[in-house]
Amino acid sequence: MIRLEKRPTPSKFWQIATPIVAVVLTMIAGGIMFAILGKNPVEAIRTIFWDPLFNPDFAAYSRPQLLVKAGPLILIAVGLSLGFRAGIWNIGAEGQYIMGAIFGAGAGLAFYPLEAWYIFPLMVIAGAFGGWLWAMIPALLKTHFNTNEILVSLLMVYIAQNILASMSLGLLRNPEGSGFPGSRNLSQYPAASNPELIAGTGMHWGVVAAFVAVIAAYILLQRHILGFQIKLAGQAPRAARFHGVSPTALVLLCMGISGALAGLAGLFEVSGPAGQISIDFNVGYGFTAIIVAFLGRLNPVGILLAGLLMALTYIGGELAQFMLGLPSAAIQAFQGMLLFFLLAVDLLTNYRFRLFTGVK
Amino acid sequence: MDFGSINPFVLVASLMVASVPIILAAIGELVVEKAGVLNLGVEGMMIMGAICGFVTAVETSNPYLGFVGGAAGGAALSLIFAFLTQSLLANQVATGLALTLFGLGLSSLIGQSYVGIKPPLTPEVPFGPLADIPGLGVVLFQHDWVVYFSILLIAAVAWVLKKARLGLILRAVGENHEAAHALGYKVQRIRLLAILFGGAMAGMGGAYISLVRVPQWTDGITAGAGWIALAIVVFASWKPWRVLVGAYLFGGITVLQLNLQAAGSSIPVEYLSMSPYLITIVVLVIMSSGKGRALNAPAALGQNFHASR
Repeated sequence: MIRLEKRPTPSKFWQIATPIVAVVLTMIAGGIMFAILGKNPVEAIRTIFWDPLFNPDFAAYSRPQLLVKAGPLILIAVGLSLGFRAGIWNIGAEGQYIMGAIFGAGAGLAFYPLEAWYIFPLMVIAGAFGGWLWAMIPALLKTHFNTNEILVSLLMVYIAQNILASMSLGLLRNPEGSGFPGSRNLSQYPAASNPELIAGTGMHWGVVAAFVAVIAAYILLQRHILGFQIKLAGQAPRAARFHGVSPTALVLLCMGISGALAGLAGLFEVSGPAGQISIDFNVGYGFTAIIVAFLGRLNPVGILLAGLLMALTYIGGELAQFMLGLPSAAIQAFQGMLLFFLLAVDLLTNYRFRLFTGVK
Repeated sequence: MDFGSINPFVLVASLMVASVPIILAAIGELVVEKAGVLNLGVEGMMIMGAICGFVTAVETSNPYLGFVGGAAGGAALSLIFAFLTQSLLANQVATGLALTLFGLGLSSLIGQSYVGIKPPLTPEVPFGPLADIPGLGVVLFQHDWVVYFSILLIAAVAWVLKKARLGLILRAVGENHEAAHALGYKVQRIRLLAILFGGAMAGMGGAYISLVRVPQWTDGITAGAGWIALAIVVFASWKPWRVLVGAYLFGGITVLQLNLQAAGSSIPVEYLSMSPYLITIVVLVIMSSGKGRALNAPAALGQNFHASR
């Protein structure tokens, strides 16, 4: 009889191997799904994972897109991972992303058409503030009223979406847009735009911010007492309290950081790749970032790699949609599957299978 | 603003209909949480139920089979959750989120060729002359069978949890799984059954949205109803009848804001549409602000059980 046995310490090998095994299993299961949809599975997987990077026909367009898509995912996921490590579940990053974009774009558009060097930095601050503010609502409700932060942060997404609709139809609507919903296009307003920094790479300020966040989070978790306290609070809440970690401060801090980073991601997106506030501005980065955080094992460097991989599935998904007629929803299901397999094989990190024979 | 154009009896009748999906999903989740399992995938199971129910109803032209299909779809998805959390001991919060993300993707994949189709009509239960009673008839006797089923289900769950042996076992597993295990109960098997029940009810609730409430298929049709159901369970302090109160409160706000939208209220549509979510948060705050265990949450909620011996 096969039984599960808890490992005395988590396996170092499986900690690194599980994401890789999960990706391979997802490719197999995804291939089966694509086959059911009547597509050639090998061709579909190749179109998603290989062609965007190495096919000469598409790589010129797709490679820069990799950083464009990975930037917000990494930025959000790094923030989320700090909270997840401490057992604080902010799953409303999508809403914080929207609010960051609204605040940031609003700050920029308030100066229109003034050209000044300080406008973009102000927008960055406003964007981070918007996301932070939106995350503070579930955080303060948790610390003061003991409200579940999972539910509140998620419900705040729906509220943010309605505010987004209201903004693009009302306050922030382009006065010269002949009545169409959506704000002015920030890419046509140089002082407020977030252009590609090096032509042909997709690198914009949001990608720079994502790299900075990865490095900062790495130092925080490895070298700083705060990082130790975050990890401790997640693994042994009682011990953390004896150590003098204030749960209230930790909630406010983790939610605040993740909110501000999600807000930044929104600001860089609206001023760069998206260009304007519109009703369908948000495309689910805030939710996909949850998968990225887990796929990266809540580790900043892991998140960097996971973010790039997840960005690849977005770009490859678009390509497969265009080339093979694969529905875009298939990619969403594919990403969800990845999280399933990851959580499933994660068992091997903490447990091992033992063969029991006879009477024990 | 014109409140005069809103008929109070019709309002009550429509809030009863509006709250059915929430009631079904919330009572299912209540049973799951009573067994000590936190399944955050309600939204995913609901939307899978919505599409599976819709497809079944359209393909068989039978609205009743649609609800069976919806329940089956929700239960099938919850089976993944059960396997991951009960057999593979995965984190319940993360697995629940995965369920929602996956459900949203898969449902939209299945639903592609069903956009714009009308499902077969779910008829009212014929009460004969009772339905013609002025006022009362509209409120009580002009509904489809699911409305009555949802209320009976609450009564049944309340009775089982309080009076039946099954309910006692379920609560024992949810309050202290070590003790329940020591008594010889199969903790994981009981939890599996609870999760399947929760999935089936969430799926049925989802099917009610796509077959009766809307009724058609669009992506993301559940629009957060699953999350609101989760909030209602907290609001209800894990007591079945309070689920009804919470769901009617939510249904009332939903219907009222829709009526205000139709009546051309001066409040912008977006602010009316966000009101159900806002009210849910306010209610959560009020209910949660008690101290510690006053909340009445099952003691083993969200903890996985692994029999080491």
